[in-house]
Amino acid sequence: MLDLIGISSQALFGQLLLGLINGSFYALLSLGLAVIFGMLNIVNFAHGALYMTGAFCAWFMLNGLGINYWFALVLAPLVVGAFGVLIDRLMLQRLAGLDHLYGLLLTFGLALIIQGLFQNQFGSSGLPYAIPPQLTGGQHLGFMFLPNYRAWVIVFSLVVCLATWFAIEKTRLGAYLRAATENPAMVRAFGINVPLMVTLTYGFGVALAALAGVLAAPINQVRPQMGADFIIVVFAVVVIGGMGSIMGSIVTGFMLGLIEGLTKVFYPEASNTVVFVIMAIVLLIKPNGLFGRAT
Amino acid sequence: MAKSELADPALQPLLKVSGLEAWYGESHILHGVNFEVRPGEVVTLLGRNGAGKTTTLKSIMGIVEKRKGSVVFEGTETVGLPSNRIARLGMALCPEERAIFASLSVQENLMLPPEVKPGGLSIDRIFQLFPNLKERLQSPGTKLSGGEQQMLAIGRILRTGARLLLLDEPTEGLAPVIIQQIGRTIAELKKEGFTILLVEQNFRFAATVADRYYVMEHGNVIDSFANSELEANMDKLHDYLGV
Repeated sequence: MLDLIGISSQALFGQLLLGLINGSFYALLSLGLAVIFGMLNIVNFAHGALYMTGAFCAWFMLNGLGINYWFALVLAPLVVGAFGVLIDRLMLQRLAGLDHLYGLLLTFGLALIIQGLFQNQFGSSGLPYAIPPQLTGGQHLGFMFLPNYRAWVIVFSLVVCLATWFAIEKTRLGAYLRAATENPAMVRAFGINVPLMVTLTYGFGVALAALAGVLAAPINQVRPQMGADFIIVVFAVVVIGGMGSIMGSIVTGFMLGLIEGLTKVFYPEASNTVVFVIMAIVLLIKPNGLFGRAT
Repeated sequence: MAKSELADPALQPLLKVSGLEAWYGESHILHGVNFEVRPGEVVTLLGRNGAGKTTTLKSIMGIVEKRKGSVVFEGTETVGLPSNRIARLGMALCPEERAIFASLSVQENLMLPPEVKPGGLSIDRIFQLFPNLKERLQSPGTKLSGGEQQMLAIGRILRTGARLLLLDEPTEGLAPVIIQQIGRTIAELKKEGFTILLVEQNFRFAATVADRYYVMEHGNVIDSFANSELEANMDKLHDYLGV
């Protein structure tokens, strides 16, 4: 039937899969941005650079230290997350209470510096990162070929996103986070160390970005520019989903990945702009985003 | 005789505020506030709008960070401590604006403050004091009526084991029947051994629950008297409060 309208099912499902993969990264990255924005009120422009740092971290662990993919999947987010904790303690905390613009400028500057350092060291061409041997090959599903690694990325991202959602919306620690997002002074006056919680939240959001970077390493080549290319779309995802909304960023991430994939099949010329067209429409109809609360 | 009285912990102040000064940014709000609260007492701060009553509570709690002077709670100097450490010593604030969290359900709001000391009220006891809360547990915090929000704001700090409760205008904007309920609750809490520092504009309400009064004006405590002296001080009080 699909062949009748001039599109092979291979092409359609291939693009849908690619869309889901991109959607996984959009979701992981916008989730981290949403968590950070909610708690710190900072638009973390360094997010793309930290995603890239996660990928480089995995590459360096494999090629320099002989640490395999599976350990890197845990270690790289921890290392980059710890770097995030330093950024917060040394720099972001000094901006608390100031205009949004300062946090935005600081993180944007950090992004340029981090990216520049990597570019200086590694040039702008990509470094290959092998798919872990347990996940090479794929499944013939009849209508398409599904590479194992890509299936893993989608399933694992979904699990991480849902676990994060559960932790924030359904647990006691999550209740502290949500409450501190609304009224940090009051939560602190109940005896909770809010500044520590803020720092760890930033570290966690950064670790999510690094995790996405490790997942991306075997798919996209590891390059200094990999985050910068991606992050603009991710910001559009965050705006569409509603700043600071957890479920919003997850659903919107996967949904926009799929829409992008479909656009590549049906109207390839628009595939690079479709996300921004949707963003403009959403902003006209629902200025707080699809899942955002009116403020 | 005087010596043994001093050694008796029941006569030592639970909270002693001396020369407390506080600032909001550049504006100097408190100019050396002095008063004390003894264990088991209900003490009320009276005064006009802007006299510094709320700021006094927030400074004791450490929410107003720029402060000088001394606030000793159970022998510990708290000026200089962050508010999360002060809360852990065993005091809790019910703020004027109630600060119910909109993104949390009633149940989550109620369970939010962590236990700071053993011996807080059980959930069942809190529902006994405020039966309305039990029926609304799954509602979002801000779907409650003003009175229910006030009950939630008081209820949630009873669980924590804090023995000194700072209540900022708990009757503001509420219907008379709810005000009576809050009054009965404060009396119950006093019976349970809680010590309460109350801020009120409504001294007719305060008169039903308070043991002693301090009157504040322009960031200072300018007068004090016991509940038994209230009638005798009525003229002065009308003067102070402009009522």
